[in-house]
Amino acid sequence: MIALFYIAAIIAVIATVAVILQTNIVHGLLYLILSLLAVAVIFYVLGAPFAAVLEAIVYAGAIMVLFLFVIMMLNLGQHTRDQERSWLTPRGWIVPSLLAAVLLGQLVNVMSQIDHELIPAQIGVMEVSALLFGPYVLAVELASILLLAGLVAAYHLAKTK
Amino acid sequence: MESIPVEHGLILAAILFSIGLIGVLTRRNIVFVLMSLEIMLNAGGLAFIVGASRWGHAEGQIMFLMILTLAAAEVAVGLGLIIQMFRRYKTVDINVLSEMKG
Repeated sequence: MIALFYIAAIIAVIATVAVILQTNIVHGLLYLILSLLAVAVIFYVLGAPFAAVLEAIVYAGAIMVLFLFVIMMLNLGQHTRDQERSWLTPRGWIVPSLLAAVLLGQLVNVMSQIDHELIPAQIGVMEVSALLFGPYVLAVELASILLLAGLVAAYHLAKTK
Repeated sequence: MESIPVEHGLILAAILFSIGLIGVLTRRNIVFVLMSLEIMLNAGGLAFIVGASRWGHAEGQIMFLMILTLAAAEVAVGLGLIIQMFRRYKTVDINVLSEMKG
């Protein structure tokens, strides 16, 4: 189990780096799906099977298919790929990478002071749903309203005049 | 069952978040910017799951579900905006949006 965690973590980091380095959008999207599936494996190892299943269905399934539909609608061809290659100059990477490295250094510095051992205990669907439809039922309702608002906004924004 | 140090999970979330941040700051293609935002949201969700696993509570998973909902709504609106932008400017370059005239 513990080896599975580290293997999935390495795959997730490599696939995520590959996403931001790609020039072809569809390749980037496929790497992102790989990264999300690796994170789903990590969720499973950490004892959250419900979250793992939702990560695979909703993130790697629904949201990525939405991306794919839009990329197909935009119909970006070879021209965009060449343009993309000209945008990705090595100089443009320096400052963002430096800033992110400083942020990462600070986060790692803070987090390495925590030295708790984590013993993955299975928290199944029943515990989660008992809380979800018990004390957190208002949050579920608000989430449904948020999704409805997203649907209406997406319909309105993508509409042709 | 063997144990995993909790900071390793949190550091993985931090690494994924930083990679997403680099993507947002560097890319000029708006589709890649939206994908990097997804990476960052996912890293936040991973941190919540690690917390839930550390304390043995289900609340972290509920926060992850909320993040999932937020990501779905955000992507729907963002992709709608991308379609509208592509229809008007025929490009996915975010630099063409530097002047906001009606």
